[in-house]
Amino acid sequence: MSRALRFAPLTVLLLIIVALIWRLATPADSNVHSTLEGKTVPAFALAAILPNKPPLSSADLANGQPHLVNVFASWCVPCVTEVKVLQTLKGSGVRVEGIAIRDRPADLSQFLASNGDPYERIGSDPQSQVQISLGSSGVPESFVVDGRGVIRYQHIGPIERSDVPTILSKLEQAK
Amino acid sequence: MKGPLFLLALLIAQPVIADSNLPPAYWSDRQLPNPKQEAQAQALMEQLRCLVCQGQSIADSDAELAGDMRDLVRRRIAAGEKPADVRSWLIQRYGTWISYKPTAEPAAWPLWLAPLALVLIGAWLIRRRIRLRKT
Amino acid sequence: MIAEAGLAALWLAAGLAALQFVLMILALRSDFEAARAMRSIAVVQGVLTLVAFAMLLIVFARSDMSVLLVFENSSAVKPFIYKVAGAWGNHEGSMLMWVTILAVAGAFVALLAHRTSERTLLAALGAQAVLALGFYAFLLIASNPFARLWPAPPDGQGLNPLLQDPGLAFHPPTLYLGYVGLSVAFSLAVGALLTGEVDSRLARAMRPWVLGAWILLTLGITAGSYWAYYELGWGGYWFWDPVENASLMPWLAATALLHSINVLAARGALKAWTMMLAVIAFSMSMVGTFLVRSGILTSVHAFAIDPQRGTFLLALLAIYVGAAFILFAVRGASLKEGAPFELISRESGLVINNLILSVVLGVVFVGTLYPLFVEAVSGEKLSVGAPYFNAVAGPLALILAVLVGIGPLLAWRRERRQVFKRLTIPALLGITAVVITIILWPSMHILPRLGFTVAAYLAAASILPLIGRNPFRAPLATWGMVMAHFGIAVALLGMAANAAFTSERLAIAKPGDTLTVGPWLILLQDVTPTAGKNWTAVEAELRATRGSAVVTLKPQTRYFSDPPTETNESAIQTFWNGQLYTVVGKPDASGAWQLRLWWKPFVTLIWAGGALIALGGALALVGRLWRLAWRRRPDADWRRERYT
Repeated sequence: MSRALRFAPLTVLLLIIVALIWRLATPADSNVHSTLEGKTVPAFALAAILPNKPPLSSADLANGQPHLVNVFASWCVPCVTEVKVLQTLKGSGVRVEGIAIRDRPADLSQFLASNGDPYERIGSDPQSQVQISLGSSGVPESFVVDGRGVIRYQHIGPIERSDVPTILSKLEQAK
Repeated sequence: MKGPLFLLALLIAQPVIADSNLPPAYWSDRQLPNPKQEAQAQALMEQLRCLVCQGQSIADSDAELAGDMRDLVRRRIAAGEKPADVRSWLIQRYGTWISYKPTAEPAAWPLWLAPLALVLIGAWLIRRRIRLRKT
Repeated sequence: MIAEAGLAALWLAAGLAALQFVLMILALRSDFEAARAMRSIAVVQGVLTLVAFAMLLIVFARSDMSVLLVFENSSAVKPFIYKVAGAWGNHEGSMLMWVTILAVAGAFVALLAHRTSERTLLAALGAQAVLALGFYAFLLIASNPFARLWPAPPDGQGLNPLLQDPGLAFHPPTLYLGYVGLSVAFSLAVGALLTGEVDSRLARAMRPWVLGAWILLTLGITAGSYWAYYELGWGGYWFWDPVENASLMPWLAATALLHSINVLAARGALKAWTMMLAVIAFSMSMVGTFLVRSGILTSVHAFAIDPQRGTFLLALLAIYVGAAFILFAVRGASLKEGAPFELISRESGLVINNLILSVVLGVVFVGTLYPLFVEAVSGEKLSVGAPYFNAVAGPLALILAVLVGIGPLLAWRRERRQVFKRLTIPALLGITAVVITIILWPSMHILPRLGFTVAAYLAAASILPLIGRNPFRAPLATWGMVMAHFGIAVALLGMAANAAFTSERLAIAKPGDTLTVGPWLILLQDVTPTAGKNWTAVEAELRATRGSAVVTLKPQTRYFSDPPTETNESAIQTFWNGQLYTVVGKPDASGAWQLRLWWKPFVTLIWAGGALIALGGALALVGRLWRLAWRRRPDADWRRERYT
């Protein structure tokens, strides 16, 4: 048996071990990212879910101003603390728009009453259709959309205080 | 999370997915009335990866988002869309990760070449083992 | 005290393993007479690990919450069987089971092996001890099952409800016995490579061990498939999930090894390939353990996700497999192969069998790790799943199944008779089957259609070795081979029937509604709450009618609180021609319930086939051991042997 052949299994093993070491060193990101960063928001028009809140449509996101679109729900546990951070952002002049996933009006108004209401508009997405069309895979997630309706940044998970500077700078760049 | 089977213990990686209070979408658990369309939808659902599960297709998942995706697939196919178009619509939003069937892109070519390469390598390795010509 | 005794036994065993390693080196390098000492030490090591494992079982059986592992994985309210099975339902306990089987296998080899030379046996026992040493280190340093918890809490965190199932009692131990049983083949191969005695004697010594491990792997995989089938609630039985693949790959390697050993035993040929397969089979077991426990691949089956432990296991893998491959590379030059085989001969058939099995193994391996490679190289994330594996492995398996019908009919060295004439009837059966499927079910997908064809052909062809001779004078090993190959045809038939004829009905129904699925009329009578020892549930009562047959099925959705989970308890009724599989899901806003109903014709043949395959292997094993032990006759293939 030729030498190359005899050492071939060892070479293959080495390659595999290297790949496995790489994977152990850089753990997989278990989040699924939307591939729409840099692309225009897909057209949508959601109904209103609360009587005193205007509904949300893609046209509202292309009015020349950047927006922070927050995909959330009243049954989403981390959203409770995120609302406070969104309030802070609203206080800094950010336009926060909400998409309520699989939510009921009573639950939602209860949620906003207990935790605060940073949203300019809230669209109702009872079957996650717009969530899917945005490439979002869970709640909460937030998208920075610029004035022309192009998605510039996706933040997966609740926005924490430490994320605020990043979000603000992304919104700055989106102007 | 209902459904996924853990072979041996572990509860640690339980995904924090609370369920909403709304019922499942209409077409998430109903079959389309046209059997041919239902078969197409079913075949497509088996190829689409569930976004919130640990390695399942949306056809086999109890997760709500998977149910909503099944609803999306069935509605579109009932409306006459081709399964391939629905699949590429989803790939546009989530990347090739969401398709269990490897796409035609270059990154997937080695997958299809692998069986052929393995057969050829194997055949070469045994070339001297079997006498094909009578001496 | 008990836990400490267990830990002490483990330390002692580790010490003995180290001693065995030293003895092996001394014996191989000089003329040090170590055989008896080595055998005795191997036996004591095995006994000590058994003691350690027994101690773990005891603390679990007693729900001793002062042991951290028991606290984390058990609770006093669990049924007793799950208290005990819970001992291996976690990372540390299952690793202890792994090491126990390693050590006990070594002990049995020390007690029973007599066909290899003393030197090779010594080297093999040393190799086995070195394998065990790494895992002892892993356990004692990074995964101590006997760690204490003070003060002891009143009750534990409970066992995952999905594991509170008879499957847990059966599936992991069987699989582990199979996985780790392959270590004997690995050690014997390494031992033989060290002493340079790779020959037919070695093959005959390895065969019973490989056969035994292979039988258990077959049973373990079949059981796991059935467990997933009834537990997951969607009627699937194989998902090409990375952890499932991790159990399939050693099985594929072991199957190829089993057949390759026959060539080495009968003709003294295929030395390199057999040794390589022996090393690869256990390497696949280790890769499987690594994949499951390191968390690098997403899987519903993955557990104990701890990259640190993953690193330790990867290091062990690199050392053991690397050392074996280096040994192979260095000693491989001295493995002389003989003359080439005739094209139509049993040897050639087995070589091609080896080739196809190795290709399937390679494909499964590539498919499982490919997403990882792509991400490492380009950062892109892609998914490989059932569509890929079915498309590639399916046709290969069908081709192999066709060859399985031919191979056993071929004589060693050169087949002189017109063997293909004997296959006329099986071939006709196959053709009849495909014609029938084309006429009756023209729109059937091509793979199930081919599955029916090959199954019909193979069912007949596999019996041929017993026809044309007095079947009762045929060796038991031949009966075993026939049964195992017939089992393949049975399983194939089940898979084809499941793919082609399953009827599915998904609906939302209120009590009083009727639905049809296949030939069945299902009436949803009622949906009521119910409760068990540590769960509450919602139970649907279904009345299924087919002609004059009436059955009641009660699928449930169960809710556990400790830890909080929901599980599907499907209700399955088995009939001679299929299974009725029912699941109740969530309610909708109007109080109607989601029902999932399947009529799966002949699906049980899948697992029946698996069981037949394992049974065939058991017959073959008994047959060979019987010859050896009671009749003191050498193996049948001595007559055809060519000494090298």
